[in-house]
Amino acid sequence: MTAHTDTASAPAPASSGFDNDNRQAATIGDAARDYVNRLRGGDMGLLPAILGLVALLVIFASLNDRFLTTYNMANLVIQASSIIVLAMGIVFVLLLGEIDLSAGVAGGACATITALMLIDYDWTWWMATLAGVAFGAVIGLAIGSLVSFLGIPSFVVTLAFFLGLQAVPLRLIGSGGSLRFNDPVLRGMSIKNVPVTAGWIAAIVIVVAFAALSLWRYRSLSAKGLVHAPIGLVVIKIAVLAAVVLGLTALLSANRAPNPDLFDISGVPWVAPVVIALLLFWTFVLTKTRFGRHLYAVGGNAEAARRAGINVQRVRIMAFVICTSMAALAGLLSASYTGKVSPGSGGGNVLLYAVAAAVIGGTSLFGGRGRAIDAVIGGLVIATISNGLGLLNQAAYINFVVTGGVLLLAASVDAISRRRRSSAGV
Amino acid sequence: MVEPLLELRGVNKSFGVVHVLHDVDFAVYPGQVTALVGDNGAGKSTLVKIIAGIYGRDSGEYHFDGKAVEVHGPRDVAALGVEVVYQDLALCDNLDIVENMFLGREETTRLGLDEVTMETRARETLASLSVRTVKSVRQSVASLSGGQRQTVAIAKAVLWNSKVVLLDEPTAALGVAQTRQVLDLVRRLADRGLGVVLISHNMGDVLEVADRITALYLGRVAADVPAKDLTHSQIVELITAGRSGDLGIADPATATV
Ligand SMILES: Nc1ncnc2c1ncn2[C@@H]1O[C@H](COP(=O)(O)OP(=O)(O)O)[C@@H](O)[C@H]1O
Ligand SMILES: [Mg+2]
Repeated sequence: MTAHTDTASAPAPASSGFDNDNRQAATIGDAARDYVNRLRGGDMGLLPAILGLVALLVIFASLNDRFLTTYNMANLVIQASSIIVLAMGIVFVLLLGEIDLSAGVAGGACATITALMLIDYDWTWWMATLAGVAFGAVIGLAIGSLVSFLGIPSFVVTLAFFLGLQAVPLRLIGSGGSLRFNDPVLRGMSIKNVPVTAGWIAAIVIVVAFAALSLWRYRSLSAKGLVHAPIGLVVIKIAVLAAVVLGLTALLSANRAPNPDLFDISGVPWVAPVVIALLLFWTFVLTKTRFGRHLYAVGGNAEAARRAGINVQRVRIMAFVICTSMAALAGLLSASYTGKVSPGSGGGNVLLYAVAAAVIGGTSLFGGRGRAIDAVIGGLVIATISNGLGLLNQAAYINFVVTGGVLLLAASVDAISRRRRSSAGV
Repeated sequence: MVEPLLELRGVNKSFGVVHVLHDVDFAVYPGQVTALVGDNGAGKSTLVKIIAGIYGRDSGEYHFDGKAVEVHGPRDVAALGVEVVYQDLALCDNLDIVENMFLGREETTRLGLDEVTMETRARETLASLSVRTVKSVRQSVASLSGGQRQTVAIAKAVLWNSKVVLLDEPTAALGVAQTRQVLDLVRRLADRGLGVVLISHNMGDVLEVADRITALYLGRVAADVPAKDLTHSQIVELITAGRSGDLGIADPATATV
């Protein structure tokens, strides 16, 4: 994350050389003005998605009083997890301006492999998971190589894989059949919860670590005279993160069983730490490693990246490998939620949901712009729509229409903001 | 006579059936600005991209520091200490100035990218080039003017203690004041002992800063002479006709593409 200080106050005096450039937007007011300028320039960031999420929560809460119950909220988080994980993978190919239409069914095929390993070969959960992810990586390697070396447009390659990969579960499971997915760990990700105490400890550790890291970064950047955000903004970010993390933990730590006298369902569902770990890992890769920097460079200007000595083909292949490996994890999460893998797993609107999630979160379809957190916020928006409409007992077709509409809306915002960006030059 | 720092001998290059460069000899000397002139389509950019390792060559030798070298890509060339500022600027709009300057050669610590070192060095380099017009090194490149982008591209080339810097029409899109800055910069690089190649269509610029002039005519070297031996009109003749007096290609009429 970089602090933008583009619009700060007076220009340096002419004689002063470059070392009087701006290092900081001095106050929160300046930072806010910077942000408004970026919005005008078309860089929306997470704001529309967050506003949309809040609006959706309000609307569904007012239409159905079961929507905002902690039971349903926990359910929503679990439903969102597989969308989020798939979207996180999709972000990597979108960053390059590519698309992977086969990621959904690739997830289904990988989950089939994992389930077979569990059932027919008695592998332990992590070995079976590795097998599924490895299968995903191989698919990604094949797609990436075809796109990179032969230069076939990615939508054609992945459309072919979309068709071809549906054969895998159909062949291995047989039409109409399904594989049970009841490994205690893998199934437990969706139906079991982190013990309440452990959940609280983890939540507090996250908040404290984030605060310490942000403040340490602020101090070291300002001490060395490097560009940094104002302290007010740093504090606000910490406060928001603390409120969200601790608030959600409190919500999910209460007993949410529909019949609280008979059962105790409390604690953060295990999928949440899985998603958070993936979020942290990929955010680190994207913002703090050379590979991440090269992904953005290739997405922004592939020729410039090539001239800078970056191995563009390798970067492109890796993006597809990451995407399909994440699709494998998403397939597992989805199987974990439903408790089974069937030939249709990962088909239907699964991919559409994930692409929509990434784009709603602020990842550009044109390449060069996107973050792992986009997938999380966008995935929550999509899951909220699907969960809320489900509670309203709407016909399934409504769900398709609404989700398709939301994707189109997000893509329009992306296209318009891109036009404004190039004309405003922000 | 000083030895050339970088030298190409007998280079040929074709794109399909189009023979763009014919037996081109080209040399860059330390501490000198070599101007590469020629009409549009003469093959200047192609020659630069061959030197940069972006295009392979069909035949010919590549010498650096008096030794024949094998170059297989931009990385090999950068490792020799040769940097190129491209006509179609090779910057990523979605990255900021620091990120662009270090692209492909990012500094790292054990904990990942070393933003502190990179930002500090980028700022130092820009300051050493007396760049005053950029507001913040963390500005995205998309927000810069043409002159500022050119400056960033040049600063990127200088950052690496390079020995040879090639600039492909660096002033073509610039206003008067910015052109002045870039030309001063070009002269300063040569005075530091670098070999500088300047491609320009502006004869005034060329005569002002160049020590040597190499003229290309339809992909052939028409002349390679000290700048002080040429007048404005002689350069124009070399560019447009491939000949000027007893200089130039023996019989330009037979030169075909
Ligand atoms: N990638 C390419 N493919 C085919 N022809 C090219 C390519 N690049 C340049 N050319 C041709 O090579 C010739 C020289 O181009 P160039 O080197 O760009 O000239 P200059 O920079 O001197 O104006 C032109 O005829 C151009 O059309
Ligand atoms: Mg050119």
